[in-house]
Amino acid sequence: MKKLLIALVAFLPSFVFAAGAAVHLDKANYDLTDKVSLQNGAKLFMNYCAACHSTAHQRYQRVATDLGIPDQLMKDNLIFTDSKIGDLMKNSMDKKDAAKWFGNAPLDLTLEARLRGPDWIYTYLRSFYKDDSRPFGVNNRVFKDVGMPHVLEELQGIPTAEIEYVVDADGVEHANVIALHSSETGEMSSDEYDRAVLDLVNFLVYSGEPNKLERQNLGFWVIGFLIILFILSYLLKKEYWRDIH
Amino acid sequence: MSNEPVNSGRRKFLTLTTGVVGGVGAAAVAVPFVKSWSPSEKAKAAGAPVSVNIDKIQPGQLIRVEWRGKPVWVVSRTDKVIEELPKIDNQLRDPASEEPQQPDYATNELRSIKPELFVAVGICTHLGCSPTYLPDTFGEQVEGVESGFFCPCHGSKFDMAGRVFQNVPAPLNLVIPPHHYVSDTTILIGLDKGDA
Amino acid sequence: MLKKLVMDGIDWIDARIPMTDTWNKHLAQYPTPVNFNFWYFFGSLAMLVLVNQILTGIWLTMHYNPSAEGAFASIEYIMRDVPYGWLLRYMHSTGASAFFVVIYLHMFRGLIYGSYQKPRELIWIFGMLIFLVLMAEAFMGYLLPWGQMSFWGAQVIISLFGAIPVIGDDLTLWIRGDYVISGATLNRFFALHVVALPLALVALVFLHIVALHEVGSNNPDGVEIKQKKGTASEEAKGKFTFHQQYSGKKDIIDAVPFHPYFTVKDIMGVSAFLICFAAVIFFIPEGGGFFLEPPNFEAANGLKTPDHIAPVWYYTPYYAILRAIPDKLIGVVFFGGSIAILFLLPWLDRCKVKSIRYRSWKHKLNITQFTICFIVLGVLGALPATPLYTIIAQVASVGYFGFFIALFVYSKNEKTKPLPTRLTH
Repeated sequence: MKKLLIALVAFLPSFVFAAGAAVHLDKANYDLTDKVSLQNGAKLFMNYCAACHSTAHQRYQRVATDLGIPDQLMKDNLIFTDSKIGDLMKNSMDKKDAAKWFGNAPLDLTLEARLRGPDWIYTYLRSFYKDDSRPFGVNNRVFKDVGMPHVLEELQGIPTAEIEYVVDADGVEHANVIALHSSETGEMSSDEYDRAVLDLVNFLVYSGEPNKLERQNLGFWVIGFLIILFILSYLLKKEYWRDIH
Repeated sequence: MSNEPVNSGRRKFLTLTTGVVGGVGAAAVAVPFVKSWSPSEKAKAAGAPVSVNIDKIQPGQLIRVEWRGKPVWVVSRTDKVIEELPKIDNQLRDPASEEPQQPDYATNELRSIKPELFVAVGICTHLGCSPTYLPDTFGEQVEGVESGFFCPCHGSKFDMAGRVFQNVPAPLNLVIPPHHYVSDTTILIGLDKGDA
Repeated sequence: MLKKLVMDGIDWIDARIPMTDTWNKHLAQYPTPVNFNFWYFFGSLAMLVLVNQILTGIWLTMHYNPSAEGAFASIEYIMRDVPYGWLLRYMHSTGASAFFVVIYLHMFRGLIYGSYQKPRELIWIFGMLIFLVLMAEAFMGYLLPWGQMSFWGAQVIISLFGAIPVIGDDLTLWIRGDYVISGATLNRFFALHVVALPLALVALVFLHIVALHEVGSNNPDGVEIKQKKGTASEEAKGKFTFHQQYSGKKDIIDAVPFHPYFTVKDIMGVSAFLICFAAVIFFIPEGGGFFLEPPNFEAANGLKTPDHIAPVWYYTPYYAILRAIPDKLIGVVFFGGSIAILFLLPWLDRCKVKSIRYRSWKHKLNITQFTICFIVLGVLGALPATPLYTIIAQVASVGYFGFFIALFVYSKNEKTKPLPTRLTH
């Protein structure tokens, strides 16, 4: 019975995840200890994303401190609004206007990496393709009919999709995107672009939980301490129970 | 037939060690609870240093700015006021600013960095009211002294260097906050020079 | 000199409140069966988690903003801006799941060793009330972060009350205090979560322990340690002195004083538990999406339902029963019944032998199938419903309720093994 329990518990996560994603997600091998990557991610975010998306639960000061960016550099290069460095990273876009322009107001992205997962963002930003039937001229493999332009077009270009038409048993035709081909019009090579997106993902993972590294570091100390306490209490218990056995 | 166990040295030692280690653990657990009461990043951001532009200040004028939720005064003192200040020392409680109510760079006769500009926290040292600036009519409170600060709550009186007069309820001179001149026309309140 | 001062001080207090007597009665001279095993750690662990929840909870309220406009942002404020706020919050969120882990194991202990049987029915009833209040407490607490799962989870559960005939709709309206879940709902849940239910919980825990100490603990053999006065041998009674309250009326066999023997043992259990607890807090605070669900990292939005709503893991068995039944009212009845029937356990089990060790193969089989069904229901409740899963959930629901029916039937004349005269250890 115990074995069965273990088998069931072990199965549980795979069950849940199997129920979710339909599109294969690429693994984002981000590294929170890589400050250069985080700084680049912050730069990309502030330049390409922050005009529409905020990270409104986070403060500029915190980002500057954690990422090792000097305050003045942060103020001069990464704060585009008239915010002070201690302020929350809101943006100046009016929510109502934004909803008119994009259909929905752009989301706050502070917690996006915890909401959708790093792999999703990593794949999503590399899955735009040309689709003239859409208002912004692009569609996305991961997020079908997304209401957002391909903001990184300047870096990646706009890939074209290789589409396969499949007729299902009911005679309905489906268009399946089976591959994306680079347009070769971006500033970056495909590898460079993946690297840049990974930096951006890294920054968003950081934003989702800026204390993550501190938490893990503290965790080793706490658990180390508790192991000592456990050994002592085990010996103490054995000592007392000698009276009885 | 007793509940008292055989007290071996090992038992004593283990009880003591486990007790001490457990006590250290309990103390460590208290740390996040205690520290969470310190000002948050939000409070710190709101309490960040404030810069005051003194480009357009007129002689005798008082500019009031908010720093950490408290009124901070920047007062332009006229030459006449500066001249008069040392003459009333005998009427004051702490004329030489011996009590640590100001940073080192303001521990001088005029309690300021520049003689013509006086910066102080506008909170009475008695019970926390904000005194009124009387540029011309302070003589009604202290004979022969034209300008000063008068607290309407309990009648405490301060001169133009924030020094408290004798025989009033306030015990101490007004507090001078940390501040420095970023340029000739800008004062940063809340930060000593050199601290970033 | 110092010793005399302390002794005088203790005498001074003892003359005014029974401090030493209480200490002896409930700790230093409290008879505890010597054969407690692994399963007996979870009572003290539940107490530890309760204290953790109360302390971290009080501290979180110091920074939390109970309003629809500010709640979600205030959680992130706690996570980022408050010094060590993230730790307090993870201690609380992990503590909620840990509470149910230890409580379920504690209840399972009671189930296999027959700790609910006469004369411990009231201990079981108080325990079940604690469980019920705890479920309400956790449910209301889950609304407070005001994320998508908070909102839609509460929406689904409150809607269940709508199944009640005649008054259903008015009742849901009254619970919410609005036409949808709103700030009004959040504020009343906050008040109940931080004041009313914790008070009820503490009072019930007190009663649970009072009732326990009145009759004394059961043990893995299900053999009473209190025997008729004058029947036990000196050897069985052992070398320990117990409080008059217990040893005056009965002979006490195979027992040890709770303190120091079980205090040191429980300290060991607590240390081991804390290692696991800390591992989750510091390394997997989301618990793989089961302790903190990903959709809850998005602020509540009454116009957009997440793709898949699952209750937090500790409710999923009952939720699966609810979903397995294709009729709203009947579903709700069985949903409520799945918890209500647990209250009746002391009277459904008519066997005189308590511990699973000495009971029939039927009972062992029944408990095994019940456990499997419970876990299967728990897994299914976390998954989206598909036709296949629904059939499995229906089978498991039959197994769940079948446990109680079968128990009632076979326990009347159950073929049990002979009980030992002494505890085995």
